[in-house]
Amino acid sequence: MRPVLSAEAVPPGGGVLAADAAPNPWFDASYVVDNWNTIMGYLGEHVRLTVGAVLIGSAVALPLALLARRSRFLAGPVLALSTIVYTIPSLAMFAFVFPFTGLSATTVLIGLAAYSLVILVRNFLTGLQGVPDDVREAARGMGYSRLGLFWRIDLPLALPAFMAGLRIATVSTVALTTVGVLVGHGGLGQMIIGGFNANFYRAEIVTGALGCVLLALVADVLLAAVERLVTPWVRVGA
Amino acid sequence: MNGLGDAVVYLNDPLNWTRRSGILDLLGQHLAISGAAVLAALVVAVPVGIALGVTGREAGAVVVLANVSRAVPTLALLTVFAVTPIGFGPRATTIALAVFAVPPIVTNTYVGFRGVDADVREAARGMGMSRRQVVLRVDLPLALPMVMTGVRTAAVQVVATAALAALVAGGGLGRIVALGFGQQDDGQIIAGALLITGLALLTELLLVLVSWAVVPGPRTLPFAAPRRRPAIGPEPTAEGLPL
Repeated sequence: MRPVLSAEAVPPGGGVLAADAAPNPWFDASYVVDNWNTIMGYLGEHVRLTVGAVLIGSAVALPLALLARRSRFLAGPVLALSTIVYTIPSLAMFAFVFPFTGLSATTVLIGLAAYSLVILVRNFLTGLQGVPDDVREAARGMGYSRLGLFWRIDLPLALPAFMAGLRIATVSTVALTTVGVLVGHGGLGQMIIGGFNANFYRAEIVTGALGCVLLALVADVLLAAVERLVTPWVRVGA
Repeated sequence: MNGLGDAVVYLNDPLNWTRRSGILDLLGQHLAISGAAVLAALVVAVPVGIALGVTGREAGAVVVLANVSRAVPTLALLTVFAVTPIGFGPRATTIALAVFAVPPIVTNTYVGFRGVDADVREAARGMGMSRRQVVLRVDLPLALPMVMTGVRTAAVQVVATAALAALVAGGGLGRIVALGFGQQDDGQIIAGALLITGLALLTELLLVLVSWAVVPGPRTLPFAAPRRRPAIGPEPTAEGLPL
């Protein structure tokens, strides 16, 4: 019987562990097939976290943007704060939330929602400020209510900017979710770090990384399609 | 919830700062990695951005670069470089961060040089400046605000992302947070997070001051500027380019 690692097998340069000799391909289709259910589980969590974070972010960002447009006094602090929050590194963000919510997906969700909120507020505000004052004036003169004004005038005119913001926020959130691995809920990021910890198993790392990039691209394409669908007048004008 | 109190205690212990692999050691590591990465990215990205911006070609490629770079998770980049034959450690981290810092600098430099008024360039040519002189003495000063925005974005990103290197055994201040998680020590986790955040904010502040100092033109202190409607871009990072 031949030993896996014998004294003769050690090259003069130094000791080589058996693990280094094992094949470690960058991508392995059989890995993907064998672990399909696990991968789908991580993908599902990734999608849930991203969608949840962007939805929460939008729900908070819209009122904030409306408030900031109404008073110039508020716009400065809102934007300054958003710049500061955006500068907080993701690792620190999750670490700040961790003592309150522990090792749970909620920790990741809160951190991600904060980032998407920051991106969305700026884009929503840009969109709202792009609505011409004359148009709003005219609408008010025609007797639009406050809600009607927002729903029928502001929203359609600001929609392209809103959608652009949603796309940026979604793609960034997909990438950032991986850092959730810090608290054990990083979606596909679990595979990236899991592969690293499993003796640098490249196939797992690369599958996770490619999954993230593909997910981001698919989300972007989907949102672009939605954008075309909800703003048909943009194409008519062109 | 006593995390913050514990963090203050942790940060007030001098030994935590001065011991081996203490805060000062890790800070030095963090700064060395980040500095090397930003410098390497500058050396590659600025000439490329200038070349693309002056010729005005490959606009599509620049937009694609900016978009794709946002979709690639930094954690993935750090991990992938750590499992190449380079091996995990500061060297792999530096390379990954440098790769990561290139897109914002290229895009912003490109936008800056694209934005230079063609008439100004033409006038400079008419005055007998050589092509090289036009780039260095006309284009560069006019594009400098955008270039500096790119450098600032990249540097803050690098300093922030260098913290993630701790997850792949890369070193830097992120190690305090990672260790805190390992030891279930909330105080240490918060202390590490505070240090990383502080460093990122300081980097941002420092580079705002640097760009204020190097950009030519009338100088008013940033905080003494006349009150205007706050200028906002479509997003906080890659200003100027509709992405």
